[in-house]
This record gives sequence, C-alpha cells and structure tokens, in this order.
Amino acid sequence: MTDRKIRVLVAKPGLDGHDRGAKVVARALRDAGMEVIYTGIRQTPEMIVEAALQEDVDVVGISILSGAHMALCPRVLELLNAQDMGDVVVLVGGIIPDEDVAPLKALGVKGVFGPGTSTQDIIEFIRQSVAVPVAG
Amino acid sequence: MQLVDELLAGNRRALARTISIVEDGGPAAPPLLAALYPHTGRGHVIGITGAPGTGKSTLVNALARSYRQQGRTVGIIAVDPTSPFSGGALLGDRVRMRDLAGDPGIFIRSMATRGNLGGLARATADVISVLDAAGFERILVETVGVGQAEVDIASAAHTTVVVEAPGLGDEVQAIKAGVLEIADLFAVNKADREGADHTVMALQMMQGLAPVPAGHHGTTGGTGRSHHAEAGAQPDGGWLPPITKTVAMRGEGVEMLRDWIELHAVHLRETDGLARREVARAATELDQILRDQLITALLTRLPPGHLDATLAAIARREIDPYTAGAQLLAQFS
Ligand SMILES: Nc1nc2c(ncn2[C@@H]2O[C@H](COP(=O)(O)OP(=O)(O)OP(=O)(O)O)[C@@H](O)[C@H]2O)c(=O)[nH]1
Ligand SMILES: [Mg+2]
Repeated sequence: MTDRKIRVLVAKPGLDGHDRGAKVVARALRDAGMEVIYTGIRQTPEMIVEAALQEDVDVVGISILSGAHMALCPRVLELLNAQDMGDVVVLVGGIIPDEDVAPLKALGVKGVFGPGTSTQDIIEFIRQSVAVPVAG
Repeated sequence: MQLVDELLAGNRRALARTISIVEDGGPAAPPLLAALYPHTGRGHVIGITGAPGTGKSTLVNALARSYRQQGRTVGIIAVDPTSPFSGGALLGDRVRMRDLAGDPGIFIRSMATRGNLGGLARATADVISVLDAAGFERILVETVGVGQAEVDIASAAHTTVVVEAPGLGDEVQAIKAGVLEIADLFAVNKADREGADHTVMALQMMQGLAPVPAGHHGTTGGTGRSHHAEAGAQPDGGWLPPITKTVAMRGEGVEMLRDWIELHAVHLRETDGLARREVARAATELDQILRDQLITALLTRLPPGHLDATLAAIARREIDPYTAGAQLLAQFS
C-alpha cells in the first residue's frame, strides 16, 4: 500500500518580510490534502532549491511581492536544472506585472498567479500539473 | 541498485528520492531497505520531543550547529501531524532551521504523520535507517509530544530528549505522565523566561530528587533515589536523566545538552543498554512489518469483495469480529 502525497515547498524569497499571502496558500494546499513544507521568509534561491531537493517536492511555490521576480525566478530555475530537478513544477505568486508573465513562462515557470487568484485555482493547477498517482 | 549506489556515494538527490520511496511504503521500499541495511548501525539516533511550541525546532537547529562545530554530520527528521480532516499537512519546522542552510554536512527532511500510528513508527524507523546508511553520524528526530506516537518513535531513538518550557501552567500538572519513562535527558528550554527554575524543580520532584511541596501530594511518582544523587550514569548501572536549562534561540546550554547526549551514548555502549534498545527497536519494526505483510498476503488470497462482505456482516451483527477474523485466517491453513 503506497501512501503518496503531493509535496509542495512554499517559499518567500526577498527582503520584504510579509508572508500572509504565502501562509494562506500553504494552509489551503494542506486543506486540499497536500503536504506543504513552509520555509519562512527571506529565502535565497540557493536555500529554496536546497530545501526542494532535500524534501523531494513535486512543486515549488514562490511568493514574491517585492518586484524582484525577474531576478529571483531565473536563478531558482537555473539551480533546479543544475540539480537535474527540471521536472519540479515551479509556480510564482504575488504581484507580477502582466508583461512579465510571458518571459517567466518562457524560462520554465509553469504557472503565474496574481493577487486576485483563488486558492482553488492554484489547487486545481497543481493537481493537473503533477503527474503522480496520489492516494487519499 | 543504482539508487542505492548513488546514495552511498553521497548523492543527496538519490538520498531524498530514497526517503520518499521508503516513506510512501510501496513495493519498491523493501528491496531498497534491504540493500541499505548492512550500511546502518553507525549513527546515533536522538529523539527530541515535547509539547507544541516548547522550542524543539530551535533546539534542533542549535544542537545541529553544535555538532557541526565538532565536525560531525547531522541528519534531521522533523515530524509534524497530518490533518485528520484533509490528509494534508503543514510542515513548518524548517523555518527555525535556516542557520543550517548550505551546509553539506546537514540534511533536513520534514515528515507528516500520515496514516496510523504504527505506520508512522515504521516510516520513521525506515527513514532513520536511510539517513544512517547515508553516513550521518548524529540523527535528530523532532516529534510533537502529544501521545502514543512519541512513545513509539522514542523506541527508535537511542537517546530521547524531552523538551519542557516554563509557563505552560502549573508545572507539575503540565509535565505529562509518561515522559519519565521515555526521557533520557530533559531540556528546560526558554530558560531566559521566568519560571524556568520552577520547571526544573517540578522535574526533580518527579524524579524523586526534590521534596514535594504541600498541595502536590500524590501527583508524582518518586523513584526513591537519594536527594543527593547526581544525574547521569549511576553506580548501579542505571541512568538518572539530567536536566539541562537551555536558551535555544541564543545557543545557551546547548553544548552542555550535547555533552550529556554524548555521555548517554557512552553509557549505552558501556552497559547492555545499547543492545537492549536495538532489540526493542527491532521488535517494534518487525512487529509492524509482519502485520503489514500478513494483512497484504491475506487480502491477496481473498476472493474479490470478500472483505467488504465480511465487514458488512460484522456491521449487521450476523457474525462477531473474532469469529470473522478466525475464518479469514483459515485461508492460510
Ligand atoms: N524566549 C525564548 N523563546 C524561544 C526559545 N527557543 C525557542 N523560542 C521561541 O519559541 C517559539 C517556538 O519555537 P519552535 O522551535 O518553533 O518550537 P517547536 O517546539 O519546534 O514548535 P512545534 O514544532 O510547533 O511544536 C518560537 O517563537 C521561538 O523563537 C528560547 O530559548 N527562549
Ligand atoms: Mg517544531
């Protein structure tokens, strides 16, 4: 009997210390039956990828409010690829201007979720993106 | 096996993958564990348990740093409860362990309690084995001290540290029954807060080392030891759990705690304690494995629908569960 769960890392990089949004998403994913590893604020891309590796997550969700997404996201993706973890689904949430969405997706970000997104949309997106047989 | 070879060669991604397979408990797990088992038995396993918010994660962070200063490698397993409603979990212990980031001598893994308690003990013991085989010299296992699960997990640890903190109410009442049985060491954390000395006294009272003040008669079970007994290894070969005050946030008292852990490890090696713990650990694990495998073997022998029909019959009171169990077991004869 396997007991496979979707595992998601929720990280909050950058210097802005406000993580209310990230915590709301983390709780919603837990309530949807996922195992959410919450790492707290001020995570560097190196810390995020190290945690993603150790925790063997299916999804990395990055919450960015500071406007630093065009600097942080490419670095996270680069480090993931360097670890042969290109199959990890990377999602970005927070305040992302429309014109940055296409470049982020071109880099390999699978989903971009703005401030108005319902947590249900994020849950559905993850369930569809993660191709693992999941119990429970 | 490629995954095992990579893990033994120090590949951290292979290690993380192996832990997932072992934790999920599918058919791929037993051969992996079998291949890893000859490489286990070197790491010292330290359980850190205590009530929510007492500072376990902060203490694990500080202890791990202290071990790293001695050049020892540290594997960490942080267990948090699965929500009984959704089956999901919010695993937040890493928040307090950010000092350990970027250190190749550290590996941190968060684990949810998932299914039944016995299953948790099995999964935890298996993940400990994986970290042990990967060569981590000290393995710290954080569990929230709320019940039987901790006792089960403690059986997988060589040294169990029970973390208390002041301000949980009336200390004597707040210190849970049962901790005396599992504690090899006590850490009174948040010693920067008022009341830490009260907590220490309450623990000493439970150990029978301090006089019980009026109003608390009968709330503790004294061990009958002399009031002058020194903590640690006893002349009669026993071990009296030392009580260490710590301020985990600032690292204070943590070296002392680490040294006590090491003394306990020495004590286990010098007495028959280590052998007894290894046997107890084997018993817990084998018990769970046999249950799992017998049930699986039985279920595969039953005709489809048979189990559901039996359950329904029991529910309708047409048969009692003991007779039904005996009838199912007759499949083996
Ligand atoms: N004053 C003081 N606060 C501390 C100390 N150690 C930890 N804390 C604080 O206590 C709170 C809980 O710490 P954690 O390390 O998360 O406690 P925990 O026991 O792991 O908590 P759970 O995993 O949720 O059960 C945090 O706000 C810490 O900063 C200490 O020595 N003194
Ligand atoms: Mg904790």
